[in-house]
Amino acid sequence: MATRYFGARVKRNEDPRLLTGRGMFVDDVQPTGVVHGAVLRSPHAHARIRSIDVAMAAALPGVVAVYTHADLPATLAAPLPKLIPHPALIHHKTQYALAPGIVRHVGEAVAFVVADSRYVAEDALDLIDVDYEPLAAVVDLEAAVAPDSPLVHDDMDTNVCAHYTQRVGDIEAAFARAAHVFTERFTVDRGTAAPMECRGVVAQWDHKMRQLTVWDSTQAPIPIRNGLARLLDLPQASVRVIAPDVGGGFGPKIMMFYPEEVLVPYAAMQLRRPVKWIEDRRENFAAMNQEREQIHDAQIAVDADGGILGVKTVFLYDSGAYIPYGIIVPIVASTTLPGPYRIPNYHCEFQAVFTNKTIVSPYRGAGRPHGVFVMERLMDRVARELNLDRTEVRRRNFIQNDEFPYDVGLIYQDNAPLIYDSGNYPAVFARALEMIGYERWPEQRARYRRDGRHVGLGVASYVEGGGIGPYEGCRVTVEPSGKVHAATSVGTQGQGHFTSFAQIIADALTVPVEDVVITTGDSGAMSWGTGTFASRAAVVAGNAVALAAQAVREKALKVAATTLEARVDDLELRDGQVSVRGSTERSLSLAKIAVAANPLRGTIPQDWEQPGLEASRFFAPPRGTFAGGTHAAIVEVDVATGMIKILKYVVVHDCGTIINPMILEGQIRGGVAQGIGNAFYEKLIYDENGQLLTQTFMDYLLPTAMEIPEVEIDHIETPSPLNPLGVKGAGEAGVIPVPAVFAQALEDALQPEYPIRISQMPLSPNLLLQMIQRQ
Amino acid sequence: MKPAPFQYAAPETVDEAVMLLSEYGRDGKILAGGQSLVPLLAMRLARPSVLIDLNRIAELDYIRQTDGEVAIGAMTRQRTIERSGEVREHLPLWWEAVRYVGHPQIRNRGTVGGSLAHADPSAELPAAAAATGATLVTRSTRGERTVSAEGFFLSYLATALEPDELLVEVRIPAHARAGTAFLEVARRHGDYALAGVAAMVTMRDGRCEAVRLAFTGVGPVPVRVAEAEEPLIGRRPEESVYAEIARIVAGRLDPDSDIHASAAYRKDVAGVLTARALALAVSRAQEPMADSRSSMVDHG
Repeated sequence: MATRYFGARVKRNEDPRLLTGRGMFVDDVQPTGVVHGAVLRSPHAHARIRSIDVAMAAALPGVVAVYTHADLPATLAAPLPKLIPHPALIHHKTQYALAPGIVRHVGEAVAFVVADSRYVAEDALDLIDVDYEPLAAVVDLEAAVAPDSPLVHDDMDTNVCAHYTQRVGDIEAAFARAAHVFTERFTVDRGTAAPMECRGVVAQWDHKMRQLTVWDSTQAPIPIRNGLARLLDLPQASVRVIAPDVGGGFGPKIMMFYPEEVLVPYAAMQLRRPVKWIEDRRENFAAMNQEREQIHDAQIAVDADGGILGVKTVFLYDSGAYIPYGIIVPIVASTTLPGPYRIPNYHCEFQAVFTNKTIVSPYRGAGRPHGVFVMERLMDRVARELNLDRTEVRRRNFIQNDEFPYDVGLIYQDNAPLIYDSGNYPAVFARALEMIGYERWPEQRARYRRDGRHVGLGVASYVEGGGIGPYEGCRVTVEPSGKVHAATSVGTQGQGHFTSFAQIIADALTVPVEDVVITTGDSGAMSWGTGTFASRAAVVAGNAVALAAQAVREKALKVAATTLEARVDDLELRDGQVSVRGSTERSLSLAKIAVAANPLRGTIPQDWEQPGLEASRFFAPPRGTFAGGTHAAIVEVDVATGMIKILKYVVVHDCGTIINPMILEGQIRGGVAQGIGNAFYEKLIYDENGQLLTQTFMDYLLPTAMEIPEVEIDHIETPSPLNPLGVKGAGEAGVIPVPAVFAQALEDALQPEYPIRISQMPLSPNLLLQMIQRQ
Repeated sequence: MKPAPFQYAAPETVDEAVMLLSEYGRDGKILAGGQSLVPLLAMRLARPSVLIDLNRIAELDYIRQTDGEVAIGAMTRQRTIERSGEVREHLPLWWEAVRYVGHPQIRNRGTVGGSLAHADPSAELPAAAAATGATLVTRSTRGERTVSAEGFFLSYLATALEPDELLVEVRIPAHARAGTAFLEVARRHGDYALAGVAAMVTMRDGRCEAVRLAFTGVGPVPVRVAEAEEPLIGRRPEESVYAEIARIVAGRLDPDSDIHASAAYRKDVAGVLTARALALAVSRAQEPMADSRSSMVDHG
């Protein structure tokens, strides 16, 4: 088929609507008679609740209901569902809808008020009297594994909930015969995804139709529907969950369940009134899942030429107070670490640890930035110790093009073997070096130095696993008007699915891309699906879209063959018209075929499968796809203030076949911005009592447009053999190697006068100046 | 993040406003540009009984030149002074400092009087007021009084304003011929300063005749360090003097630590910025003002 749209820089179908304020976000849902919820949250990191008195709050005019744990039915009073079990996860503790007697982090939900307005609901929160008995809190990750640590869950005799090791080869033998072994400790601190739209839920219960409709700012509406039906004892057919426009997800908007996701629907059913809860920014800081905190003790063994013999990392993973999402993040960290390098012997081992802090679950990168930071820093250490060029030591260890599919020897997050499907790491690396001007760098650096400027270059590579199963689906329908509608099983949070999926369909059916309308994130439109996470929507849903569109194309020919009394083989589809080859008279538009496919009398042939010009298809990949890339940057440091300035940033990226380069580049730029935040600006700070000190954007520093440089991007395409479109995931590519790039660039900028060693992220001007002054 | 209940009053004249203040005193809270107060209300950290909104008082929005002074009405938007040719010509230090206040969107709403009366010790305009020897004019039903900038800022978010008093004007000595520089280090463009300095230098025959320095972000009020001004007076400026002054500044300041920077960092950086600002101010004093601000610490 002709590809008019696939691979082209098609402008986004959704943008006119979104850019002119006609988006439909959860807070835009305004049912008649809606009442508003507010959550009373724990001010303590760890405390026993002696009593809760809600009488004053309940008596406040305008208050409709007040709920505490004691008011919940058994299914909602129990711990909320365990999401992704794992044999190594021994203590799979999950959060509660409302705290049953002990709170374990600041921000944990204690009571839920429903009132005529959010204002009154917040007034009522002030009137709830909770008698807390503060308990010893454990905040620091290393303190939490000490034998005398306070326990987050007192029915456990430890804070360690999982201990998991994966090994490849014989690490002891590798270390024994190595010419050099280098040891490092790396720490990465906490951050938050900070989506522009915080979370939000609206629920409406029609008690005559027995139909519950929930609008939820979630990445996974269909699993939410399935879970809600079970928790609220309703048939799945009686529950519809819609994720309308979502203002950013980045991972934390997939948890199943946040307390509000069950409290709001429950209250709506109880009260027989629509209920709305919109999370404010202060709540979002403490109540939406966080990420990033890990401490790695890592070692690398190399031969005399810098060839890698083995890598070992033993690390701690801070899970916060509960671990609903399981141990996905540390598994992703340990399986991303090897990256594009050949590592014949590898040992990765982690303990997942409870602390009295907000829950951790995947946030864009989801452990990948940690793995890449550790590996790239180890490579830098090898280069330095062996006096090798940092690019040369990397080139010597890259997996080569003839080694694919490359079996790393580990089990990935989808429980499938970690096998790189395709890639071209040396070419991606070489192109990035060319774009950043590595060859001329020594002279350029010297020139800066002569002007008294400290400027450095950093370069780092990564492999991004994504596109994992289990499956996604799509139903493509040509309506009698000729317009095409497709319902997909994934939610969308700004990834451009309304366009990229439309491009695939428009090519298959030879119609204009604007005529293809996509529905995402509505369990009423598509009943089977998982969600948008792990850089998988384009891969898994995208291929389902392609399969469904292809099936509709074939059906159009089949139906037209009947009407035109021709053989299918003699027909062609062009510009939305099926015609007999060589005859312009004998032709039918897709609109007419859609009408013919749904007759009022007569019958439809068995081989049409179903009435209508419609087909549903599912795509289930055998395992994940592995994209790759290299980032490089030139960064200037003011050695008197510790302030930095990014002078140049380049990304060379390979995610297989590209559907829409403009959308892809937007994804990458957004990721780089988040990565720069992770490297130099964003840090959640808890004090020793577990109080979160950063609960506004004045204290938690998101980089703004002023801090983010132009990002120059180039692509190399090595199609994936694992799916018909040849695509790989791209959602997290931008964020992954940024801290590693920064660390190397800053060291380069400051040596030899200030031979600092960067082993922690994020940095700050204060920290950087301290390191400089210590030299 | 919804405010607790409050009553709302929107006077249209200064007389009406001071009557309301006289009636409600400490229970009343003045709303100017709202860039600090509205978040405080939303977080319920401020819970006034009455909000007195000054935004309809047109008579407080002006820039007037008088004898050797420029008078700015309290409700003049920060963006207005940033775009004012008079401010640029006669108050170059203010013109430079105001660009460091947040972002254009914030300056479109934020007012000159609001920033001074809020008295955040990391804000830019209080430091500019201290460096330029500004006078603040207040009004109440009891009459009008003037307070020097040094007398106005008492402590963290605290001023000499009585509960019934309204800040109506700031009078700033014109300093077109002085060399001025405002430099600060903030975590991001538009953030409050970790440390910042306003410098003003008058030169005669190649020697410094007068120097004024005021610091932001390093104390409970805009800080002046008189000892740091003295070494330059009567001398030909050179790098070694700047370095000496930087050391004096770092030694004299006594800032607090917070999550963004330690006290030690603020002291060091205040010294570094002082040396840079003095060099810049001296260069500007010796020649007509040119827009050649340092690129590395330009966060305006």
